[in-house]
Amino acid sequence: MSLAPPNFPDLKTDQVESYLHPSVSVPEGLNNNVLVTTIDRLYNWSRRSSMWPLLFGLACCAIEMIATASSRFDLSRFGMEVMRPSPRQSDLMIVSGTVTKKMVPAIVRIYNQMAEPRYVIAMGACATGGGPFKEGYNVVSGIDKYVPVDVYIPGCPPTPEALMFGLMKMHQKVDTQSVTTADWYKREGSAFVPVPHLGPDIFDPRQADLIRAETMSGEAVAADTGGDRAEGGVPGGLRNLGEKAKARIAQAKERAAARLAG
Amino acid sequence: MSDIVAPSTTVAGPLDVAGTLALVQEALPDAKPVSAGPTDYLEVAPDQLIEALQVLRDQGGCDLLSSITCTDYLSYQGRARAKDGPRFEVVYHLYSTAQGGDCVVLHVPVDDGESLPTATPVYPGANLQEREVWDLYGLVFDGHPNLRRILLWEGFEGHPMRKDWHEAYYEEDQKPFRSRHPRADFARSEDKVPWGKNTRYPADWDPDDWQEPVTYVPVSQDPRSRNGAGDHLSTESVVVNLGPHHPSTHGVFRMIVRIEGETVIALEPDMGYLHRNHEKIGERNTWLMNMPFTDRLDYINSMSNNWGYALAVEKLMGLEVPERAEYLRVIMAELSRIVNHLWSIGFILNDLGALQTPALYAIEEREMILDLFESVSGARMMCNYLRFGGVHRDLPAGWAERARYVVHERLPRALDQLDDLLSGNEIVNTRGRGVGYLSAEQLISLSVTGPMIRAAGVPYDIRRCEPYGVYDRFDFDIPTLPHSDVYDRYYIRLLEARESVRIVQQALAGLPEGDILAGKGGYVFRPPEGEAYGRVEGPKGELGFYLVSDGKPNPYRYHIRAPSYINLNALAPMTVGYKVADAIVILGAIDIVLGEVDR
Ligand code: SF4
Repeated sequence: MSLAPPNFPDLKTDQVESYLHPSVSVPEGLNNNVLVTTIDRLYNWSRRSSMWPLLFGLACCAIEMIATASSRFDLSRFGMEVMRPSPRQSDLMIVSGTVTKKMVPAIVRIYNQMAEPRYVIAMGACATGGGPFKEGYNVVSGIDKYVPVDVYIPGCPPTPEALMFGLMKMHQKVDTQSVTTADWYKREGSAFVPVPHLGPDIFDPRQADLIRAETMSGEAVAADTGGDRAEGGVPGGLRNLGEKAKARIAQAKERAAARLAG
Repeated sequence: MSDIVAPSTTVAGPLDVAGTLALVQEALPDAKPVSAGPTDYLEVAPDQLIEALQVLRDQGGCDLLSSITCTDYLSYQGRARAKDGPRFEVVYHLYSTAQGGDCVVLHVPVDDGESLPTATPVYPGANLQEREVWDLYGLVFDGHPNLRRILLWEGFEGHPMRKDWHEAYYEEDQKPFRSRHPRADFARSEDKVPWGKNTRYPADWDPDDWQEPVTYVPVSQDPRSRNGAGDHLSTESVVVNLGPHHPSTHGVFRMIVRIEGETVIALEPDMGYLHRNHEKIGERNTWLMNMPFTDRLDYINSMSNNWGYALAVEKLMGLEVPERAEYLRVIMAELSRIVNHLWSIGFILNDLGALQTPALYAIEEREMILDLFESVSGARMMCNYLRFGGVHRDLPAGWAERARYVVHERLPRALDQLDDLLSGNEIVNTRGRGVGYLSAEQLISLSVTGPMIRAAGVPYDIRRCEPYGVYDRFDFDIPTLPHSDVYDRYYIRLLEARESVRIVQQALAGLPEGDILAGKGGYVFRPPEGEAYGRVEGPKGELGFYLVSDGKPNPYRYHIRAPSYINLNALAPMTVGYKVADAIVILGAIDIVLGEVDR
């Protein structure tokens, strides 16, 4: 197989094309030496081309993440081969695996320790919404219940190809950001996520009022926990729920229907 | 290298289970023999347990307390049990490493609120498993040295594996949930709870008044030791916390270490950061639904996990497996053992400080094997390939040729390359030799199994001691090494991977034609009432599944005897006295996978 030798000036033009300033152009004759671009384009280009992930694995998905980083798939093509164990040095947290209640305080702390701009990818069904273990008593159904997520990657586990596709989506997202509107340049800065506590069950300090209102009301807190198939009663998951819970479910269904219609 | 590899040692002959049980009955006339499906066991009162264990250990030759677990019979619907018996039964499985053969089973009935004596004085390996039973079932083991929560956290409300404990998202006890099948009227679980999370709080609980409980783990209670004779030159030990987010701990595992200078003087493992309630969910699933969940236990070896579970269910149902399926199972399980051993060798080197390069070499061949898995099962990692009575799909065209290429051309060369590059390496030798020593007797009494005890010279391998599948047809050795240190634990894996290559070569050559699934397959299974324990030699040790059926389409009790978890019993005794940097590699050489440790 023979390849024509690349035409380097053309190649260079191709590659820099998307970074050039949309309106300001350089006089003829200088354009081999001088480029004009915008801060945003330059800044986003450099940020997304060397995004260092946190060396951080939770469960099965982490194994596919390691496979993605290793020689066959090779994350260094994205400038991401430097996985940093310290959150202070990393830009991207790939939440790769099942988030448990016992682990989530640590994850939130790590997230808070990452320097901005920081990004979060929820890799796999578990990190996205609990996955196969959603009903588990120690499982958090999705890391987005605690920290904001930028890209969700479906799969159980996502193949390395899927992870790379997710990373490319991440790059696209970075490309749309601007230093003038980004949160981390705002005067007030962006807020820390309060660390959840391990009480009788895990609780989020942001929801303390909500929890107190329910526990102190003297009513049944969540789904009634008795009952079994053998005992008869109304079949289905809505059986034995309190009136409030039924109302919440009805509202959620209405919202979903409205979204579908609109 | 220069170490002599012991030739395959044959075990003394299978343990005489009935005779051993008779020994106990002789000593304890009150013990009641019971037969539950394929398993015969003895029912022992709590106050006689220690005596029974002593008889088994000292006279019966059962030196390995393999598994301890508990069953809550609250909502048992089978006919074989009296309804008014005690609520819980604690189950003990014991083996003889010298003789091999089947297990001796003891049941100890206890009622709610009662306690039973700890087995730790007789078998120190009971430690972690008794803590797990306390954590999940709330049974107290009198005299246990450290009875704290292990998978959940101190302060958690309730003991979740009890049949009457339900989480906030709870829907029904049995799947498929009727809201989804046949009616498709589902609701998002989040909407059921005001705060949209799977959490529940006791009534009258006020989050503002809540204080984090101060719990002391044993290392923080360790007496402050002081060094040095002079008043002005004393040192004090400090507690260092490693994990749960730590690049070396192979996942979310935490070690609390008390060190003096750099020497570890006490170590306490802390786990549960990946406890995803496998068993609770498993008892709601139908029998077959659990198969893909077993993939996610030790997520590097889905094939051998499938096999352990299939074996236990087949025991319960009395299913015969066609010959071709048996061969396919052997091929897949041994390929996954190779993957596992390559992986663990790479990461032992990682822990020694050779960050990533050896690991990248070691897992290169893994991709070849994963491609084989993908083409036969549809998935790279989570293969879900075995079925009760066989396997799911036959080999696609050309598979056997590709596999032959991998096991004849690629793998032997890759293993030789690793051997060449690593075994003589000076750092591997100086950091590995003599580090993390425990004698074979100590390891067995701590219930350690797998490559760890073979690296201590004990030729205990279930493929030989209680052959399952068609392992008795292949010509392979059980390699052992004498030193029981990190180096031997690294090297034994290389040797075992070579044996696995030999087995796959033979199995591919002898692969018969024929059916791949006994019976008619299907989705709904109702094994007859009874209990069974199926175990395979997983790449990390003995992987056992303890199942109780009450004749319904869901397992009544589904317990996993996870080798990674139980091998951690040995972590603290192995590490104390070595440097803190050695702790990392000692842990690495145990080869744990957190999905299996925490389940
Ligand atoms: S999504 Fe699947 S593969 Fe990933 S962590 Fe969850 S169970 Fe494991």
